[in-house]
Amino acid sequence: MASSKQTVLPFLPSSAGFTARIHPVVLFNICDCYVRRPDQAERVIGTLLGSVSPDGTVEIRNTYAVPHSEPGDQVAIDVDYHHNMYASHQKVNPKEVIVGWFSTGLGVSGRSALIHEFYSREVTNPVHLTVDTGFTDGEASIKAYISINLSLGDRQLAAQFQEIPLDFRMVEAEQVGFDILKTTMVDKLPNDLEGMEASMERLLALIDDVYKYVDGVVEGNVAPDNNNGRLISDALSSIPKMSPAVFDKVFNDKIQDNLALVYLSSLTRTQLSIAEKLNTAAQIL
Amino acid sequence: MARSFLQAVASEEVTPPLRVIQMEGLAVLKIIKHCKEFSPSLVTGQLLGLDVGSVLEVTNCFPFPIREDDEEIEADGANYQLEMMRCLREVNVDNNTVGWYQSTLMGLYQTVELIETFMNYQENIRRCVCIIYDPSKSNQGVLALKALKLSDSFMELYRNNEFNGEKLREKKLTWVDIFEEIPIKVSNSALISAFMTELEPDSPVEQCDFDRLQLSTSSFMERNLEFMIECMEDLSAEQNKFHYYYRNVSRQQAQQQTWLQKRRTENMARKAAGEELLPEEDPSSPIFKPIPEPSRLDSYLINNQIANYCNQINGVAGQNFSRLYLMKALHEN
Repeated sequence: MASSKQTVLPFLPSSAGFTARIHPVVLFNICDCYVRRPDQAERVIGTLLGSVSPDGTVEIRNTYAVPHSEPGDQVAIDVDYHHNMYASHQKVNPKEVIVGWFSTGLGVSGRSALIHEFYSREVTNPVHLTVDTGFTDGEASIKAYISINLSLGDRQLAAQFQEIPLDFRMVEAEQVGFDILKTTMVDKLPNDLEGMEASMERLLALIDDVYKYVDGVVEGNVAPDNNNGRLISDALSSIPKMSPAVFDKVFNDKIQDNLALVYLSSLTRTQLSIAEKLNTAAQIL
Repeated sequence: MARSFLQAVASEEVTPPLRVIQMEGLAVLKIIKHCKEFSPSLVTGQLLGLDVGSVLEVTNCFPFPIREDDEEIEADGANYQLEMMRCLREVNVDNNTVGWYQSTLMGLYQTVELIETFMNYQENIRRCVCIIYDPSKSNQGVLALKALKLSDSFMELYRNNEFNGEKLREKKLTWVDIFEEIPIKVSNSALISAFMTELEPDSPVEQCDFDRLQLSTSSFMERNLEFMIECMEDLSAEQNKFHYYYRNVSRQQAQQQTWLQKRRTENMARKAAGEELLPEEDPSSPIFKPIPEPSRLDSYLINNQIANYCNQINGVAGQNFSRLYLMKALHEN
């Protein structure tokens, strides 16, 4: 990274705008690999796949574990395995390329630098993701690093791991629902109407909260906050203004459309069962 | 044929019926990721897991590359599959095939291909399941995962290729009985559970809530209806085939009757004349050749598809009612 002509320590990294975005499936896979790690292995490592967008955001979309061993100060990575697996993944989705590597455990160690060096040969500027599966400091810390070479003149002094911001907005997980993903056992997937009910209950709870807040402010129990007030008025104004008569008309039209559809589908179903009876019951004399 | 029947009977005795599919969250997410990235083209992949009594555990899966009809590439695909299984075994993933998953468009999955794939899998592994995921439905905040298997009685009929009215009546097999849906359970390791609980955002609203409360569903409904109308046309074509068949059969029977009548009067004359009687059947004549009955499989599958569309319409309309009344309540407030 640092060219040999530089004479000052590159304190300001060239990768200032670097951020990483992690997809939930990556986290799930890493945890699964850790649970299934071989006997006596302290940590698991693996390759991260994804894409780098022009503005420097690294999207980590997929991952696979790579067998490795760490006897003493050395690290042995199964390079063949890594390449085979990468080739297989490329067949499915050629858009996902190597963006870095992950390791379980907290923070980085000397041996991590060795592995990082290996991945630097695979891709420029790899991202290093650490997932603390041991909950060492009592919380789920997931961190992303990139490496920065410190050089003085043409001498390499050291490689420094610099933490980069990591984006956890897991929209994919939200679509599935955290309720399903965070418990150890869900007996039944929610069907359409149950999901609807849950959403409505949440909406109702939110409206209740807003009511309480507004009442509190009016009575003087809660300190008013202009921002909150604006947000509430924005939400209220987003409801289209309609006269009751117009609304009733729209509402009834919609209801009737839907009723017609339900009627049609029930009719079809009845028709199907009659046809079924006639078809199989028809005996040839 | 007899052997496969015996096999079917034998395997039925030893294995308890499949009651539940227990999926790991990892497998669920992987399936969703794969299906969604390639939507609207349809993709498939393999499910890995364990068969534990009446529960089939799906602990992992891997995607297949998009299939092409070239034979060379097909061999490539088989290699890919073996390679992937080998690699996954090395990192201690259960490398026991339990079935496959596929994405679908508007819930359309009841095809002859699915049945054939299922039969293929079933020959190699005792327990087999097909997971269907519908990416188009997930935009409405529904987790559209379905686990399917073919019913035993259907498989038996399919193996022996006996899709005529008589056999179906005998087995009392209707189109509802082709596919069996198996309930899905989702399980996660304690580690994942801890991570997700930590990482869950504080905001009380999730993306799926927004999706669920979306008022405009008319495009989904329209497409549903369109597909249903297409299915109806297919079905009426099938019906015409049957009409044609029945007409032919009854015409043939009439011809047989007249032929028999003629033969009898002829025989009567011969008897009177003391000659030898002619047989009352003539296998060489074309009118005694049985007309093959068209298979009912297609019409059964179409029936299934239509029923599926009906269910979807009903489901979405039901949701629409709730949404509309919610809207009304909000408006009145």
